Amino acid sequence: MSVIVDAPKASPKAKPVWARFMRWETLLALLCVVMMVGNSLLSPYFLDFGNLSDATANFSEQAIIALAMALLIIARDIDLSVASVIAVCSLAMGLLAAQGFGTPVLMVAALALGLACGMFNGWLVTKFALPSIVVTIGTMSLFRGLADIVLGDKALTHYPPLLQAIGQNYVASWLPIPVSFAVFLILALVFAFVLHATPFGRRLYAMGNNPVAARFSGIPVNRIRFILFALTGLMSGLAAILLTGRIGSTRPNIATGWELSVITMAILGGVSISGGSGTIGGVVLAVLLLGFTQFGLSLVNVPEIVINILQGVMLIVAIGVPLLLQRLRGRR
Amino acid sequence: MKALGQNVPREAMLAAIIVVLLGLIGLRAPVFLSPGNLLGVLTDTSFLFMLALAQMAVILTRGIDLSVAANLALSGMIVTLADRAHPGLSLPVLFALAALSGLILGAFNGALIAFVEIPPIVVTLGTLSIYRGLIFVIAGGQWLTSNDMSRSFLAFPRDTLLGLPNLLVVALVVSVLFWLLLNHTSFGRNLYAIGGNPVAARYCGISLTRQIFAVYILSGVISGLCGLLWVSRYGIAYSGIAQGYELTVIAACVIGGVSIAGGIGSIVGALLGALFLGIIVNALPVMQVSPFWQVLVSGVIILLAVVLNARSEHRAGRLILKTPAREGTP
Repeated sequence: MSVIVDAPKASPKAKPVWARFMRWETLLALLCVVMMVGNSLLSPYFLDFGNLSDATANFSEQAIIALAMALLIIARDIDLSVASVIAVCSLAMGLLAAQGFGTPVLMVAALALGLACGMFNGWLVTKFALPSIVVTIGTMSLFRGLADIVLGDKALTHYPPLLQAIGQNYVASWLPIPVSFAVFLILALVFAFVLHATPFGRRLYAMGNNPVAARFSGIPVNRIRFILFALTGLMSGLAAILLTGRIGSTRPNIATGWELSVITMAILGGVSISGGSGTIGGVVLAVLLLGFTQFGLSLVNVPEIVINILQGVMLIVAIGVPLLLQRLRGRR
Repeated sequence: MKALGQNVPREAMLAAIIVVLLGLIGLRAPVFLSPGNLLGVLTDTSFLFMLALAQMAVILTRGIDLSVAANLALSGMIVTLADRAHPGLSLPVLFALAALSGLILGAFNGALIAFVEIPPIVVTLGTLSIYRGLIFVIAGGQWLTSNDMSRSFLAFPRDTLLGLPNLLVVALVVSVLFWLLLNHTSFGRNLYAIGGNPVAARYCGISLTRQIFAVYILSGVISGLCGLLWVSRYGIAYSGIAQGYELTVIAACVIGGVSIAGGIGSIVGALLGALFLGIIVNALPVMQVSPFWQVLVSGVIILLAVVLNARSEHRAGRLILKTPAREGTP
């Protein structure tokens, strides 16, 4: 959130030392520590490397999409169709697997289809100058509808062993973390580099802060937006590979509601919904915070829907408290 | 086509499209056009009429309320629990309870949006999860069915007044009230002003805080009332009722020409948008199209509607420099 990161520009004095550490990411890291301590007090099985490592598989697919979603939101767009793109990609993989194609073909198909779906979103948004929230509500129905029509009330459940291994296995016996989590960590590094160390990344902030000024300063705004939507589609395709491998089946309702979880990860990570600010580090911390909270509470048998209450509260408190503090400090 | 789009109001275009659509459906399945069936379609769409109007009021202010379906489900559960605990409660009391529950849930959204100034999409995304979860908590995870509801409670939506089902009567009354509110009160004019230009609205002396707070309360009350009607009509209350319905409601607004960027939208447009979706949903089974097509068809329609809307706005020259629409309050 810019509210904390931005220094009060009117004040000529240097920032106090504590203020330099009062970044959104610091707060998130503190929350993570509190969450880890709290969870280990709740259950003796929480603080165990094997358990924690296995738990990452449950949120890594969403986290991968959240990286791309963060870039989109920083540039002032949003994509609500990501979960439906997973459904379409998973469907394509299931159909191809039924024809006897091997894992490489399935993976290429899922990535290509995800990319195509993302490009379709990007084309609609940039070509017709439409608000992305409305377009992606439409394509969300469109893509999900494709899965509904083809699958009806059936499910595809025959997948090659290699695909299931990708979704379920560890990276290596000496490195017992799920493949999906490793993919997420590598992608997080790549995304952090692109966003924080390249001109492309700087342009996203410029677009988010002031799209008109960005355009007048020569940034090809629409081309970049198109690329971001395509990228988000591609990441959804990747998530579809990992998810389909992990659960080994494709139903028409696969991944429903994930768009909201993914957006929650990005926003809790400090990405401002009105664009222009946010970091990949924050998103990674938010992913860990949300994911391990869910894992810890499920260890003590809290139903998922009740955990969702806590996640909703965390989202509102995390965004609301800094805003309230800012107002109390009288900086309005 | 081009000339048509330029001079005819969008509502008239949409009405014409609906008439053509009805004609096409009638060619394949004449039974669809029987008065009884059309009345059924209208009744079926009642929830969408009311929720689309409330959502439009919110969207006019550049906001969005994603928690309407969760609010509906939670209020419905609260009313059902009250009815089960005290089967003697009269209908007006239950209605008051539903409205009060919706009001409180809406006021919670409104306070966070208007006073704390958290973007509406963030707040209602959060309360969507919270309200859904609370249903599970207060009902202890149970599903309440028609066995848990009193007879008068269950009978209300089906009973008729002047030959119209009560559900439709309520929707009509709500529509008229919304028409009065939006077109004939300063509250309504202010909603348009805020959406059109929030800074100018503030300089005109409009209290953005109070106005925005009020509009989420309004949305909440309508959701609460719909919760009672939904539960009593379908005879079931659990944490999953009307799941995802918030997006259908927003889709109805978009089809009806309500601009997601705020400030543009009419009562007739929102109602026609809802009716359009209602007709599609009801016509598919009659035309022997598999119900699995429903989601895809509504997706295609939403996309067509936004593309056409954007083009007509382009032609009208309303926007000189297109910028990505912002979600959220100013």
